[in-house]
Amino acid sequence: MFKSLSTQSAALKAALWLCVIGLPFFATPAQIDIASQVWLAAIGAISLMLLTGYAGQISLGHSALLAAGAFSVGILTKEFSAPPWVCLILSPVIGALLGLLFGLPSLRLRGLYLAVSTLAMHVLVVYLGGEYETKRGYSTGIVVDPPSLLGFTVQTAVQWYFFLLFFAALAYLLVRNLTVGRAGRAWALLRTNETVASALGIRVDRYKLLAFVISSAMTSFAGGLFAYYRGFVSIEAFSIYLSIQYVAMIIVGGMGSLVGALLGCAFVTILPYVIEGSMAQLTFLSSQAGAIFAVNYAVFGILMIAFLIFEPQGLSGLIKRFLPKRSSD
Amino acid sequence: MQLIVNIVVLTSLYALVACGYVLIYRVSRVLNMAHGELMMLGAYALFATASGISGNPVIALLISAVLSMFIGLATYQVLMRRLTGSSVLAAVLTTIAIGILIRGMVVLIWSPQPQYPARLLGLENPSLAIFGDARISMLSAVLIGVTVLVYSGLFLFLRFGSWGIRLRAVGQNALLAAQRGINLHAVFAFAWGISTFTASTAGMLVAMDKGLDSTMVMIGLKAFPAALVGGLDSLFGAILGALIIAVIEVLLIQYVDPLLSDVVPFLVLIVMLTIRPWGFFGTREQLDRV
Repeated sequence: MFKSLSTQSAALKAALWLCVIGLPFFATPAQIDIASQVWLAAIGAISLMLLTGYAGQISLGHSALLAAGAFSVGILTKEFSAPPWVCLILSPVIGALLGLLFGLPSLRLRGLYLAVSTLAMHVLVVYLGGEYETKRGYSTGIVVDPPSLLGFTVQTAVQWYFFLLFFAALAYLLVRNLTVGRAGRAWALLRTNETVASALGIRVDRYKLLAFVISSAMTSFAGGLFAYYRGFVSIEAFSIYLSIQYVAMIIVGGMGSLVGALLGCAFVTILPYVIEGSMAQLTFLSSQAGAIFAVNYAVFGILMIAFLIFEPQGLSGLIKRFLPKRSSD
Repeated sequence: MQLIVNIVVLTSLYALVACGYVLIYRVSRVLNMAHGELMMLGAYALFATASGISGNPVIALLISAVLSMFIGLATYQVLMRRLTGSSVLAAVLTTIAIGILIRGMVVLIWSPQPQYPARLLGLENPSLAIFGDARISMLSAVLIGVTVLVYSGLFLFLRFGSWGIRLRAVGQNALLAAQRGINLHAVFAFAWGISTFTASTAGMLVAMDKGLDSTMVMIGLKAFPAALVGGLDSLFGAILGALIIAVIEVLLIQYVDPLLSDVVPFLVLIVMLTIRPWGFFGTREQLDRV
């Protein structure tokens, strides 16, 4: 029976990989675009999962970190005409510095003060981004050319799909290796009980800061990729709602599960398209068409509350409960 | 002179909003990230009653005040109560979710256009002249009065009222309080009710003064540094914090750049977290002990 379970899950895995790799060859361009967005969001969702799901800290600064990464790329390209590889190396460095700067004060305290200081970070980054845009005359946004790395330019939708898939997989592997190692055990303990963790000799503040800095660097890198993918950077794109979307991803996916982060980010990225599509179908709602964003807000709010109250393990918990049942018969 | 008046008005506003953060944090250690949204919802409750009963402003105000307290009670009773026993992390995440839900619902129900409940109520808002050439709108004067009233009420109530004593007891040690027969759920629900009521009162006064749309959430957000700078579990601290934030904001708007006034309160917050993380009047032990 165990053998059948493992062959079954191996077959499932192979089928999933086949779907993931084969998708761009049969999907429409619009679908490839959405799938690429999922992979891009996956980097941010995985990094937030590391911070919230493993280390137990709340951040509302994801949108600011994405903005910081995107603006690093925009500014480095426009002001210093830096090549893409320099930009993509520097954007996580800037994210890590921001993480250090805003992580340090809040981690001296117990509790969820990171939520507060990341909120401050958001307000500051949005201000600075807006100032840069108006002062330099990019009030409609900064245009960024497609990146060329090692003489190869990423341009078509299919190229972008695999480019982003590569980095999402890299992020997944990085965080998985971190969480099964020494740091992962330390985070698990300090999330459960800080007092016990420090009594066992774990430097609680150091590990919290480590989680936040790594998470910030990854998110900022994703922001840099976002700038190249969109070909366009504007501070308008980085509202607090974006941060909440990332929080929704890890709640819907399930705390403390990397597969959950992927499921959640796919769900949250695709849902607005579904909502938009179904609202276009329902003609009696057409008077509300301008209020699609409000419907999104409400739906995300209800979803998050429902998962937090009824299924704190999220989609990954649902699947775990569903799969063993099927394999036992 | 006008600057001082502006500072006093803004201080009252932030103080009135900030005391809600303090109350909920004090009893349950939950940072209520939906406070600004609940405040906005309370203000929209006034708009709803104002469109229903336009002839009688006093009754409309009273009903909406009761309604706002009920919103707070219901938020606890229907949603937050179910999280009893799970981590503070889950509770704070839930308040974030409640916030975004309210933002969406408000736009869906009342449209994103600004609304003017004062016009519906037929209220005048004359500008009053006080000391020399300084002027203050009547509603701002009312706001100052309400803040003084709410704070003196809260101080007396927490000191002498039996519910106030229960509230403080739960804040000190929820387990022991429950052992002594204090109904924790009732106390938590009560804190949510009062917190939403005070914030909504502020929201209604601002809505009648300046109009009402979703940017009101920003006021709730800026009251947060006020609560934290003063000390998240201290009501007196909230007044001081509100004063600091208000002074900075008014001076920046007057002499530097209005855009900065949204940013600097949060920088003050970061500085405060660095040098004195528990705030001016917060309790050090509870935050610092590991």
